[in-house]
Amino acid sequence: MNSCFLRCSLLTGFVWTFFVVAASGAEEWPAFRGPNGSSLVPAGVLPVELSAATKQWSVSLPGRGLSGAVVVDGKVFVTASAGTSQDRLHLLCLDAQTGKLLWERRVWATGRTMCHSKTSVAAPTPCTDGSHIYALFSSNDVVCFDLQGRLCWLRGITHDYPNVSNSLGMASSPLVSGGTLVVPVENDSESYCLGLDTATGENRWRIDRPKGANWTSPVLAGPAVVALQSRGGVDAVRLADGAPKWSFSGGADTIPSSCFFDGVLYVPSNGVTALQPAANEAKPRELWQSNRLAPGTASLVVAGDAIYCLNKADVLTAGERATGERRWQLRLQGPFSATPVSDGQHLWAVNEAGLVQVVELGQKEGKVVSSFDLGDEILASPAVAEGAIYVRSNSRLHKLAR
Amino acid sequence: MNGPDVRRSLQGAMPVRLWRLPGALVNCLFMLLMLFMLLMAAEGWAAPPTEQALETALEALRAVDHEGRGNAAAGTAWNVVAAADAQALPRILTAMDGANPLAAGWLLAAVDQIVARHPRLDPEPLCAFLADTSHEPRARRLAFDLVAGIDGPRAEKLLAGLLDDPSVELRHDAVAQLVAQAEQAKANGTTSVALEQFQTAFAAARDIAQVKGLAASIRGLGGEVDLPRHLGFLMNWQAIGPFDNTGGKGFAAEYPPERAVDLSATLAGQGGPVQWQVLTTRDEFGLVDINPLYPPPAPAEAASPAADAAGGKEGLKEVVAYAVTSYDSPQGGPAELRLGTKNAWKIWLNGQLVFEREEYHRGMDVDQYRLPVALQPGPNTILIKLCQDAQRKPWTTEWQFQLRVCDSIGTALPAGRQSADAPPPAVENIR
Repeated sequence: MNSCFLRCSLLTGFVWTFFVVAASGAEEWPAFRGPNGSSLVPAGVLPVELSAATKQWSVSLPGRGLSGAVVVDGKVFVTASAGTSQDRLHLLCLDAQTGKLLWERRVWATGRTMCHSKTSVAAPTPCTDGSHIYALFSSNDVVCFDLQGRLCWLRGITHDYPNVSNSLGMASSPLVSGGTLVVPVENDSESYCLGLDTATGENRWRIDRPKGANWTSPVLAGPAVVALQSRGGVDAVRLADGAPKWSFSGGADTIPSSCFFDGVLYVPSNGVTALQPAANEAKPRELWQSNRLAPGTASLVVAGDAIYCLNKADVLTAGERATGERRWQLRLQGPFSATPVSDGQHLWAVNEAGLVQVVELGQKEGKVVSSFDLGDEILASPAVAEGAIYVRSNSRLHKLAR
Repeated sequence: MNGPDVRRSLQGAMPVRLWRLPGALVNCLFMLLMLFMLLMAAEGWAAPPTEQALETALEALRAVDHEGRGNAAAGTAWNVVAAADAQALPRILTAMDGANPLAAGWLLAAVDQIVARHPRLDPEPLCAFLADTSHEPRARRLAFDLVAGIDGPRAEKLLAGLLDDPSVELRHDAVAQLVAQAEQAKANGTTSVALEQFQTAFAAARDIAQVKGLAASIRGLGGEVDLPRHLGFLMNWQAIGPFDNTGGKGFAAEYPPERAVDLSATLAGQGGPVQWQVLTTRDEFGLVDINPLYPPPAPAEAASPAADAAGGKEGLKEVVAYAVTSYDSPQGGPAELRLGTKNAWKIWLNGQLVFEREEYHRGMDVDQYRLPVALQPGPNTILIKLCQDAQRKPWTTEWQFQLRVCDSIGTALPAGRQSADAPPPAVENIR
């Protein structure tokens, strides 16, 4: 080991240490709908005026997918599926600055890969706890890699429980917290939610769920509590062991997901229903219910004192978060599958044709102030980190930033 | 052992020149060494494993099992395998032979990591691995992809010899290559050459989309194809029904055909006595439609509200039917029953329940469900239970299935008679 090599190692070590420290303080997008699960982004960091100049990079992907990207430690992670039967499951790690591929790993699907032509096997958005990436696929395969691409474990939920599947495709995204990975696999037949040990992938718990196709994603609804939404309503369970905490039986949608914000769970139920869980109570307090807020495919967005939803007619509705009262409506160019993001002042909505529409959010009205055509079919919800918005299609990942 | 302890220990073992270095410098060197090792570990740089260590690690990966069993050991073992040199790739690919699907995934991810570190691979051992068709088909496909990444033209040449390959994906690409040649011949006006190439490709094709496309191409040039024979669809059945499925209870209910199939029997159905009826399909993809056998009662007046809701079509709802056939297997042995249906279903082979699924109207496709079975030599009785639910939407009227018998790559198995003229034998107490 010569002195030059030592100096290089030392320098690399310092650079590496600095990089890790610097990155730990960076913005991250660790899961479906971001760090708070409400699609809320920091104010004033995203470009309002979109143009070709704001498209920083666009890279091709090796397969199909409509999962959203996650961003952590200066890296963008995205899943894809490929092969004649879509049974090659990809996880890619790209440099957030340049879009350069840092590493790519594949596993084979062990469950069924059949799904509707509009969706794909790479439908659920991965999640991260900052040190590992957890990716779930429609085949109900779950993989855990560290940020350097080392495979830590994998599970085949359909391999374990052969009737866990949906011929239309599964799409619920996993959630990680407190050393437990929550994996929702609700369907018409063998319907479960599992809590996996993030260290080994083994079951910490597995609970029966209502039989019925369900594409909603779990949300954290208080300390160590997970809210599971299904056609019958919402069941909140303890993250540690899956034990029931409280239930709401007023029914709920099976595509758009709930949102937990400031102690209140906003549920796509009879329009939208606001629930306030209380400690040691089997039922949450119902704050309000409004059928004038009616999310379609996209999930709810909560920002500041407002709640936003895109309905099936592509109308963006703003409501009072405190009361559910409708503020205003604005028809956008749809159709939409992706859930928008908002910083409270603007909202970025991407339609299926790839048109990004930036809406200025006023108290009395909303107004489209900018739009940009990505020229690509977009069904995935965008990810936001470090002032950039990441949008993926079936074939590409785009980065937009100032 | 802390840093100074290690240093003292090292000083005792180090050559003279090193231990004579000032203590501060040794401390600095030690810290740099630790930093370097930490950096190497973080970046996944580890020494390649010995042959024995690799074998031990591969065994750990192959030992993973249901519900995460073996994952903890596999996580450590994966780092060992992934640190291997490129020369170990054939050994790692060989470890996929007979591995369970989970283990195969672990191995694939390790191959990816090794290949990422070795952009210049030697194609010869990979070609040798590819040439040995006794290896796991997906591992051979992986070897082919690696060769293609090194030497694209060579891979293209190799494809021409893979038309009858046991790997479905390799066969798919070989068929696609021949189809491209046939399209070129067709464009050049050499129709007879094109037809011959399309027919050769059709004979080799197992991918359903390719089979469909090739059938159209051959017919377009005046040729003939027999899709049911090529794919192995069962076209001749006997059916009985309807039985009650109100509220979905019929799925779990055990109606008489589940206890014994007697084609001469008269059974108590939902609306009265029911008997077995011949049900033959002419559909090229073996689609067996139950609805025409049991038309709903004609509405007294114009279309019923239910029919309106169903888009003008209406069939019986909340009912169960059974279909049975006899499949004559000359030698018996491993096979796959491949089923497509939108309805809840159960399927028995020679009285043994193979699988069941209670899902309604989420989608249907050829080969939707692949069910590995063991056929017995001679007649095999295949019984299907097909349930229709209460939904009344345009996409919920279908009460149908398609079933084929093939090997693990989708090749139709040679069969004896399977026709309406040869109804399945009466089987007493098939359970």
